[in-house]
Amino acid sequence: MIAPPKPDLVTVNIDGKDIAVPKGTNVIEAARLIGVDVPHYCYHPKLTISGNCRMCLIEMGNPAVDPATKAPIMDPATGKQKINWIPRPQIGCATNASPGLHIRTNTPQIKDCREGVMEFLLVNHPLDCPICDQAGECKLQEQATGYGRGYSRFIEQKNVKPKRTQLGPRVMLDDERCVLCSRCIRFSKEIAKDDVLGFIDRGSYSTLTCYPGKKLENNYSLNTVDICPVGALTSTDFRFKMRVWFLKQTNSIDTESSVGANTVVWSREGQIYRITPRRNDDVNDTWMADSGRELYKQVRSADRLTTIKVNGADSALDIAINTALQLAKDGGVAVVGSGRSSVEEQFLTKKLADALKASTHLVSRVGQGDKLLISADRNPNVRGALVVGLISTMPEVGPALRAGLSSSVHSLASQPSTQAGSESRPHLSGLTDLAAAIDAGQVKTVISIGEDLAAAGLTAAQLGKISIVYLGTHANATSAAAKVVIPTLSVFEKNGTFVNQQFRIQKFAKAVPGPAGLPAEASAKAGATDDLIVLAGLANIAASDVAAVWKLLAAEVPALGTMSYANIPETGLLLDATPFAALPFAEGETLHFKPAKS
Amino acid sequence: MAAPEQRRIIFQHIDAPGYSNDLACYVKHGGYEILKKAVAMPPAAIIDEVKKSGLRGRGGAGFGCGLKWSLVDRKSGKPIYLVVNADESEPGTFKDRYIIHQDPHQLIEGIMVTCWANNVKQAYIYIRGEMPHGARILEQAIAEARAANFVGPNILGTSYSCEIYVHRGAGAYICGEETGLIESLEGKRPYPRIKPPYFPAVLGLYQCPTIVNNVETLCHVKHIVDMGGDNYAKIGTPNNTGTRILCVSGHVQRPGYYEYEVGKITMGQLLNEVCGGPLPGRKFKAVIPGGSSSKILRFGETFTLKNKDGSSRTLTIEDIPMDFDTLAACGTMGGSGGVIVMDDSVNMVEALANLNAFYAHESCGQCTPCREGSLWMKKITTRMVHANARAEDGQLLKSVADQIAGRTVCAFGEACSWPTQSFVAKFGDEFKAYPETKKQSKNGDALELV
Ligand SMILES: Cc1cc2nc3c(=O)[nH]c(=O)nc-3n(C[C@H](O)[C@H](O)[C@H](O)COP(=O)(O)O)c2cc1C
Ligand code: SF4
Ligand code: FES
Repeated sequence: MIAPPKPDLVTVNIDGKDIAVPKGTNVIEAARLIGVDVPHYCYHPKLTISGNCRMCLIEMGNPAVDPATKAPIMDPATGKQKINWIPRPQIGCATNASPGLHIRTNTPQIKDCREGVMEFLLVNHPLDCPICDQAGECKLQEQATGYGRGYSRFIEQKNVKPKRTQLGPRVMLDDERCVLCSRCIRFSKEIAKDDVLGFIDRGSYSTLTCYPGKKLENNYSLNTVDICPVGALTSTDFRFKMRVWFLKQTNSIDTESSVGANTVVWSREGQIYRITPRRNDDVNDTWMADSGRELYKQVRSADRLTTIKVNGADSALDIAINTALQLAKDGGVAVVGSGRSSVEEQFLTKKLADALKASTHLVSRVGQGDKLLISADRNPNVRGALVVGLISTMPEVGPALRAGLSSSVHSLASQPSTQAGSESRPHLSGLTDLAAAIDAGQVKTVISIGEDLAAAGLTAAQLGKISIVYLGTHANATSAAAKVVIPTLSVFEKNGTFVNQQFRIQKFAKAVPGPAGLPAEASAKAGATDDLIVLAGLANIAASDVAAVWKLLAAEVPALGTMSYANIPETGLLLDATPFAALPFAEGETLHFKPAKS
Repeated sequence: MAAPEQRRIIFQHIDAPGYSNDLACYVKHGGYEILKKAVAMPPAAIIDEVKKSGLRGRGGAGFGCGLKWSLVDRKSGKPIYLVVNADESEPGTFKDRYIIHQDPHQLIEGIMVTCWANNVKQAYIYIRGEMPHGARILEQAIAEARAANFVGPNILGTSYSCEIYVHRGAGAYICGEETGLIESLEGKRPYPRIKPPYFPAVLGLYQCPTIVNNVETLCHVKHIVDMGGDNYAKIGTPNNTGTRILCVSGHVQRPGYYEYEVGKITMGQLLNEVCGGPLPGRKFKAVIPGGSSSKILRFGETFTLKNKDGSSRTLTIEDIPMDFDTLAACGTMGGSGGVIVMDDSVNMVEALANLNAFYAHESCGQCTPCREGSLWMKKITTRMVHANARAEDGQLLKSVADQIAGRTVCAFGEACSWPTQSFVAKFGDEFKAYPETKKQSKNGDALELV
């Protein structure tokens, strides 16, 4: 790991406490470090400073110096340098740390400023919290409680504005609730590079809107809902579905690509209601793609596999495992691993392949990157397969595709997500060797870990020549052709880790139980079984949960030698990438990632 | 004491019989001779003269012109722009438009002298959208000056080139605020910028160092180079040098524009002698001395001010010399020179309702206190006038205004709260009595809807 350069530290004084912060840190962030809350609406750490809400007003002073000699002027009363306080309050969001800067946030003037801004924000606010989705995570509610006066002096008519403006397919606007902080406008312009939002009209009648003829439909549009501090922007998917305070939050990882955006999965009673980004300044900042937020819908989709099948008949796990091992006992076995499996699963997959003396293969899933948070490699964990040794080279990528990837492509982040989705649907490949081996009669049994062999390029004729053991979550051509089908768990139903394009190992946790609500026990007849249990059973290893697998991983994989699942921080840990530096990775540039020069 | 004579420097030719706004007429009256003089001087020497002159901005804030120029970042390597503020929209102010309409070359010469002094290669005149005729006149005048080699490439045979462009606004008062103006000039909504960091002198137009000056201010620059900074500083009074144009409107016999040495004429002389006093049978009640956003003064009140020697003096409104410093000491400002007079026929609640309607309409809406406060104040005064007024509304108004001033992105926050603060402070009795006043008035609803 490379140590970051030491930032230039300066000492500032906030409410009487000295604190050293990097030069240029703003007062909101500096105060946060000592537990002082500077309330704010328009400031967002990942957007430019707008300074419009005026909630963050603070008192500011600078050490006094003699204008002529520049010598410090001392205060005889305290023996310290005198502080020249500016009578006019300043905004904390645009006030940056400089040596000796003094800040007061707890004076009567600042209390009055905050009460004033809170009152102003509420005079035309509809106060419809009982029917508002933002209730419970609303900055207006929080700060009215913390900093408001608690009563109203407003007896005039409130402004009336549109209550339901569909800004795009996934985002609904309630203009009456909007506090005009401009976060969504700045996000669209600065991050999504899709400058479609703006204000029309002026004064208190200002209204957020899309430019005529345009829609907020890029694949990052839902981030505006996340950063809207109030209930003005809501998700059409989540709207009116569930009160946020009933939801359990589970940390997870977006599986759309090798970026590995950090996420939170919000669930209640075994059902997922939404996925939102989780801040990781080294990976996804505070953002994620819209497409990744819909993945939870696969959990309850109609084609979910829930029954163990052997030769088409319902079966039990031990029978299924025995049947699979029978099919493999005469050799000629190939194991198709997956870049969508966790590190732990890939490790057991390798163990299984070793035990069966099987050849190993990995399906590559490569599309266009959007230069933001979806990379060209749509497998979340190809690097995990390298680290545990399941593969030692990159799975092959079709020649046409490789040519297409190297020619520079326009940014897809700003494309409508439908369009981005179709244009960027990944191309599956990597099984050419396996196809040849089947044709040559060398491989007779294929164990596929969640990969649809047909989609990855095997013909129906090739599938017909082999016996298939399929472990997976959803029905497809491979599960239909398989002799043994064992339903397994989706990423939301289990624990594990992925290694992203930066070689950052990141963990995800189980948010909900598997389908049919059954415990993931080995004898389950219906429902799905944890992949680790199945793989451990097939490989005949007594390590069928993440903690147990990690004991083996730490012992056998030098790169993970000092780690355990429990001690991987929530923001991940960088692994040493140098052993793999020469490999032809597919990714182009994305947020916080630059490919090594080739 | 009798009022002094007008001293017309800027308005020398305004309304003069036979004077036209074309180049030939301007040159016949000595036009562009000062530009010729200027390009023979080192730029720094001109900045020095302007500093010595003590010229203060005529756009509203009265900021030292030479000081403003000296703050310009000249080391950035970026171009320096001059932006001429011709947005003149402060209610009560009507001076720049006469310069533009009747003597545009005076402005152009002032601009070119300023550009030379500050190494500016491009100047923009941002003219109020409601003045299309003025914009055409300026464009015509620039074309003439360009053809005569006073503007454009290699002016007057030098290696110095400078272009002037006219940009029309789209009708918003906030486009007069210098950073709102810059945003608008860049093609955006005129949301004033936060300062810091966006001081025009460092990060102005297109994030380049920029000088923003008012039309009248730039005309003065020409005359400063003509007579020399020291001589100019002898006009007017110390720290309040030169002449300025006072635009008098409202309840006087002879409203109009008058140019006087700054501080040499008192409010009383201006209103009673120059403007002929109140209308027949009326008495002066109040005056707003520097454009509608400056704080109102009530006739009959007195001001006790400190002298330099520590003694003090007491002034009535009539005694106040029309300069920057004394008006500021009396709790108001010289502002843009728009003097708005109200006599005893005016009800102050209704007058404030009118002003509040203007400010609520013009708030850009960017920052919370001004956006919500200006409309709230309007709603209160509109309700007072057209529906039910409460005795406590005056205090509520004041408290709303107090939550705006000093807490906003731009000085519009002050502009919209000072009227309310001062009306309630000076005429609180009238606000308290307004519910009764309404009952007694015949129609119970005195004011036209605003
Ligand atoms: C709300 C607001 C409106 C303004 N309108 C004008 C205007 O119409 N014309 C003008 O010259 N200055 C106006 N100003 C002042 C300008 O911001 C700026 O101070 C001035 O143009 C500087 O020129 P000066 O230094 O020559 O006075 C306004 C300021 C504010 C806060
Ligand atoms: S003070 Fe008013 S005019 Fe100025 S930026 Fe704020 S809302 Fe706009
Ligand atoms: S956070 Fe809105 S003004 Fe500072």
